[in-house]
Amino acid sequence: MDIQAIVESFPYYLQAMGTTLKLAFGGIFFSFLIGLLVGFIRYFRVPILKQLADGYTELSRNTPLLIQLFFIYYGLPKIGIQLSKELCGVIGLSFLGGGYMAESIRGGIEDVPLIQIESGKAIGLSRVQLARYIIFPQGFLRSVSNIGANALFLLKETSVFSAIAIMDLTNVTRDLISMYYLTKEYMLMLVISYVIILVPMGLFISYIERRVRYGVFGD
Amino acid sequence: MYLGISILWDGNNLGRLLLGLWEAIKIAGVSLGFGIILGTFFGVIRTFPSSLIRIIFRIYLEIFRIIPLLVLLYVFYYILPENFNIDLPNQLVSVLVFILWISAEMSEIIRSSLMSVSKHQIESGKALGFNRLQLYQYVYFPQGIKSAIPSMINLVTRVIKTTSLLMMIGVTEVIRVGQQMIEHYAVTISTAPLWIYGFIFMLYFIVCFPLNMAAKFWERRIGG
Repeated sequence: MDIQAIVESFPYYLQAMGTTLKLAFGGIFFSFLIGLLVGFIRYFRVPILKQLADGYTELSRNTPLLIQLFFIYYGLPKIGIQLSKELCGVIGLSFLGGGYMAESIRGGIEDVPLIQIESGKAIGLSRVQLARYIIFPQGFLRSVSNIGANALFLLKETSVFSAIAIMDLTNVTRDLISMYYLTKEYMLMLVISYVIILVPMGLFISYIERRVRYGVFGD
Repeated sequence: MYLGISILWDGNNLGRLLLGLWEAIKIAGVSLGFGIILGTFFGVIRTFPSSLIRIIFRIYLEIFRIIPLLVLLYVFYYILPENFNIDLPNQLVSVLVFILWISAEMSEIIRSSLMSVSKHQIESGKALGFNRLQLYQYVYFPQGIKSAIPSMINLVTRVIKTTSLLMMIGVTEVIRVGQQMIEHYAVTISTAPLWIYGFIFMLYFIVCFPLNMAAKFWERRIGG
């Protein structure tokens, strides 16, 4: 083990961690927005848009991120849409994540007990009020654990960004290995970096989940 | 536009792409075959009362859940030949990592589905004088496996989608084949990436969508 080399690689890994986190949070944020939007469209059964939303959800969930990124990064410039690789990464991640978030939100909404909806109707709430005061707030709370799982999944998926030359953790490792041939050392750093990012994130998400669970179900 | 899409049936391109897809599906299939068997076995072991076994398998599961698969692929791809002097072909490295990953995920699917069998059923089995093996054979598996099927199908689609990462460690699967074609047409047909990557995108969809539908169908059947 070349400790010296490991210590010297710290700045590279820190920077790459920053890149990974920045792009991941961007992607997760937009995924969530897309998921909510699809949720609204589906709930209000907006004609045409609903079919489009359903089609989009299936497309994004049934294809790998890598090919989505390649299409955006290498394919789209050929019809004049030229974007930076970081932007492509965030768009790709949001495209993928939006479908997953939409499914989670749908699941949460379907889980809202019928009695809540019936009670809302009984006191004369309109369809919009029903959505605003009952279905979306309660449905959202019920989908929190799946949304958290999706966030973690998307964070892990950022490792694919290295395929479009973004200097994320995986790519920095590959670069360092090809320069100094210290495979063991840099691989160790790669694994540790991901553990440093993912373990606290996982713990944080399960903490939120527990809080929400306590709020909704009281246990 | 005509020029662009015609790339797909130029020469033997379509056949080559499909062969690339077949390579990916072969790796997924072999890994799933071994992974599901091994994972089922692990899943059963994890329902045993020994806490030592539970902790060991929990650690194994968490490692394969936390670390992104691409990182695991790289670790095996770089470390095996250099530090253990094991020089395997890329496909074999992929299959090895996939089997370990699938078994970890599968063990969790099996464990949770076996644990979902109601206590009442288990107690009744015991009252009838079933031994442990009989309990698994006649009570746990017939009742638990139904709830495992949707998750298993989802695992299959995840594995198929994940084969896309294999090009990163030099396996000539469908995306790598597409890349080679794009390089070949770089000068003559500039829109090649759009059509070829678009086509591969649809190929994955055509393979994974029916599986996803099947999983949803099963879920509804169990639920309703």
